[in-house]
Amino acid sequence: MRAWLSQHQRALRFALRRLAGGGVLSAVVIGLALALPAGGYAMLESLRGLAARASLDPQISLFLRPDLKRAEALALERPLRADARVARVRFVPREDALSELNKLQGLAEITSALGRNPLPDAYVVTPREGDIALLLSDLARLPGVEHVQADAAWSRRLAAAAGIARLAIWLLAALLSFGLVAVVFNTIRLQILTHREEIEVSKLIGATDAFVCRPFYYLGLLQGVAGGLIAVGIVWGALALLNRQIAVFAETFGSAFRVSPLAVADCAMLVCLAASLGWLGAHMSVSKHLREIQ
Amino acid sequence: MVSFSAVAKRYPGGQEALKEVTFSLKAGELAFLIGRSGAGKSTLLKLIPAIERPTSGSVIVNGQNVGALKRAAIPYLRRSIGMVFQDQKLLYDRSVFENVMLPLAFSSQPPREAARRARAALDKVGLAGRENANPIQLSGGEQQRVAIARAVVNRPGLLIADEPTANLDADAAARVLDIFVAFRQVGVTVLIATHDLALVERYAGTILRLDQGRIA
Repeated sequence: MRAWLSQHQRALRFALRRLAGGGVLSAVVIGLALALPAGGYAMLESLRGLAARASLDPQISLFLRPDLKRAEALALERPLRADARVARVRFVPREDALSELNKLQGLAEITSALGRNPLPDAYVVTPREGDIALLLSDLARLPGVEHVQADAAWSRRLAAAAGIARLAIWLLAALLSFGLVAVVFNTIRLQILTHREEIEVSKLIGATDAFVCRPFYYLGLLQGVAGGLIAVGIVWGALALLNRQIAVFAETFGSAFRVSPLAVADCAMLVCLAASLGWLGAHMSVSKHLREIQ
Repeated sequence: MVSFSAVAKRYPGGQEALKEVTFSLKAGELAFLIGRSGAGKSTLLKLIPAIERPTSGSVIVNGQNVGALKRAAIPYLRRSIGMVFQDQKLLYDRSVFENVMLPLAFSSQPPREAARRARAALDKVGLAGRENANPIQLSGGEQQRVAIARAVVNRPGLLIADEPTANLDADAAARVLDIFVAFRQVGVTVLIATHDLALVERYAGTILRLDQGRIA
């Protein structure tokens, strides 16, 4: 057990030394490659949060049957307010709706020509965050409700655009992951070439493949981890800079929007992903190049 | 300890390095493998730690049929054999001490015990004071002795050496051979390949004469 530990320690020491030498540069390359999709992801997540808030802002209009009596219409307010998914309820009497309509240019003549008020009583409901679709169908089933309308087109468009952006980021991440594996593959190859003599002699006098490979696996892993940490740092720094400008921009809309930095769990995931990709690159390189040395 | 029976080795391309080689060494025996360059001495020695595999026949080392060993078992076979190579195969990017420590890094030795053994091995070859030197600073004979120290640091039962005196003057060569003989006296089986018959005649050892791929 102690011998096993000391062998791992030895391999780790080797890898740390190599990382401190030229390996840092590869780690920076890996960090840059990962920062791009990670930063994109952070921005997208923030926009998605904004979109989620914005898409719920359009209120739901509940148009009641025209023949409904005012008392019956007012009676609906209680069950609406009781619904936990509903944030605010506002009753719009038909007279108010008509006078709103009459304020629009040119419509007053038309409505007066009709002779009677064609508009029904209505409620304007502001839902809380959550699934609107179910709320819509529940509202439509309320007695006296003739038509339910949610202005969802805008949020659908936004969601679709976000979907495209997300896909693009995943594609970018996938491509750059290949790049990362290639970078590690090449660094490890160079390291194997540099240490060819030592590897040859070691194998000649009884080193197992595992013993010979281990330092290179550690090196790949460490490069991945270092690259992941660098990526987290780059994203953090870039967002901090960007947010200063974004704050100025958002203020003109009266918004306090900021791109939120990557969550701790996301950072951990990024580093783990980079580490596994580093390990994979090392594995590929070691399998290809170490077997050649007898 | 080592036994060859009807061993042949043909290299790709048809060159026949060994034909029908049969001999055996008892534990604790000292043997010299004599022959001109190109007689097949190096090939024969390489068959023992499975650096090369025989084309036919069987090579038995410590009761194991080396030709049939799985790849994963080879490192363990090699650890039981001390090997001294014609070109020493020392690593010039590290000290003499670290060179001798190399085989201990992958056998399961606690670091303190490993360091103790490496010092003992260097002491046995008369290089106790040179641990921190780089091998490049040493003379040919001293480098060969570092290689011997590295070969014996794992206390192998079998020591094989390929032309260990090839590039040494008579004094240095005699000194190197004396060290091998000393290991034989503590029970290690020693097999040394050399073309220098005059040198080995002074030692009481078995002579295996290899001529054109056969033991004469």
